[in-house]
Amino acid sequence: MKVYLDHAATTPCDKRVVEAMLPYFSDEFGNADSQHFFGRDTAKAVADARETISQLIGCKPNELYFTGSGTEADNWAVKGVALHRKDKGNHIIISAIEHHAVLTAADWLENNGFVVTRLPVDSTGLVSVSDLEKVIDDQTTLVSVMYVNNEVGTIQPIKQLADVAHRYGALFHSDCVQAMPYLDVNVGQLGVDLLSMSAHKFYGPKGVGALYIRNGVKLDKLICGGGQERSQRGGTTNTPAVVGMAKALELSRGEMDKNNAHIAALRDHFVDRVLKEIPYVRFNGNYEHRIPSVANFSFEFVEGEGILMLMDFNGIAVSSGSACSSGSLDPSHVLLAMGVPIEISHGSIRFSFGKDNTMEEVDYTVEKLKDTISKLREMSPLFNVKTGGTYNV
Amino acid sequence: MYNQKVLDAFAHPQNVGEIENPDGEGTVGNATCGDIMRITLRIENDVIVDAKFQTFGCAAAIATSSTATQMVIGMTVDEALKLTNARVVEELEGLPPQKIHCSVLAEEAIKKAIEDYRAKQQNIQLDKTKIDYV
Repeated sequence: MKVYLDHAATTPCDKRVVEAMLPYFSDEFGNADSQHFFGRDTAKAVADARETISQLIGCKPNELYFTGSGTEADNWAVKGVALHRKDKGNHIIISAIEHHAVLTAADWLENNGFVVTRLPVDSTGLVSVSDLEKVIDDQTTLVSVMYVNNEVGTIQPIKQLADVAHRYGALFHSDCVQAMPYLDVNVGQLGVDLLSMSAHKFYGPKGVGALYIRNGVKLDKLICGGGQERSQRGGTTNTPAVVGMAKALELSRGEMDKNNAHIAALRDHFVDRVLKEIPYVRFNGNYEHRIPSVANFSFEFVEGEGILMLMDFNGIAVSSGSACSSGSLDPSHVLLAMGVPIEISHGSIRFSFGKDNTMEEVDYTVEKLKDTISKLREMSPLFNVKTGGTYNV
Repeated sequence: MYNQKVLDAFAHPQNVGEIENPDGEGTVGNATCGDIMRITLRIENDVIVDAKFQTFGCAAAIATSSTATQMVIGMTVDEALKLTNARVVEELEGLPPQKIHCSVLAEEAIKKAIEDYRAKQQNIQLDKTKIDYV
């Protein structure tokens, strides 16, 4: 059995999305900015895609800019606003649990003379509005907090955070990459000035994202080039990709309630069984403010890479912390910010369910997970197999 | 990321566990860094006749623990002291660069277990000396 439980890393492109994209590779290949009829046809497809996505997130089509990824959208928002508003102030605020796209963009700003404040989170991964009020001042030009965390799935109080930012004259950006497939993301309801998304997280193609920029908001360009995206983002428009993103979001919104109910049932069954059947396990996240797809656990006395690999041998794909950092040996910055002890954070695994998973797959995963944890604990000098407890090392 | 030999050593580790009343034991590493290795040795006439390990750590740490214990069984303690992490990595036909440090633990744990063995031997000698004086 092959079981894919890493939907927070990426989702399979929906076959209906692929169908919608196919004509724009070879038949309707024109450059959307060309004046001739080849270009006019694809320009129409791009305009339609922009219109569709704009309607679904509650903005005007001229407030939506296509990018090459969610990471690019995050970089553009964070660097673009900070650089453009540097005469007003040099302070930006992010949360400590942002995706690396925002984290490292903020690091870059810090290395270039800006002051960056990183908001702490509580043990469930929640940012507090009062913490923002404590650190924001009239030098703050931007606050950037993700809507949903990619490692633990906690949903942040974006509207309240954005209100605080606006009271101090700061702009508010939200990385909504992980929120899109599960929440009815609407720029007006969230009160954000900028918002990032990425198609491959909602069963769309990889290599395309978008940044919503509220009309009136000014920011520096990140990608200089031709006149594409109303001269704000250079680079020939990836017509099949933007068509695919629009189709994927349309399908995702149409099937959201059904998918959310299915995914939540899988997740709940999984979490119940793991907590009941595996000792010394810690659930990382918030039981109330969360998306339905993610279950993050720390398994004490064992290390995450070993779990990931033994699960992989059994045909089950999971992630240890964030897949993007799997090359790094450091424990997850998100779990550390949540106060998970460092030695426990090493044994953390993220399971992220999707619309095509089945209950049978979940039960198979639990069985293999139990074997995996037992096997690794048998090897662990921290765990006494005979007593089922811990050694004093 | 890992070659087949490392994957096999990780999937089917040899010599897992601990020897009761070992002649030498060594624990190195710490949980904060994400790896701890404990090695216990049975030594007869300065020859390692059995070695077992317990490891909290990544796949590379487990694979090198397994391989290192296999390599030292049959060695004299002097030979085992000369076993380097580079030799263990060579036996595994290489590790990814960022995982080389994991193999150092096995070398250190074996050295520590042999030191422990030698300290115990000295204590036995001292005990014998004491008895002679009585």
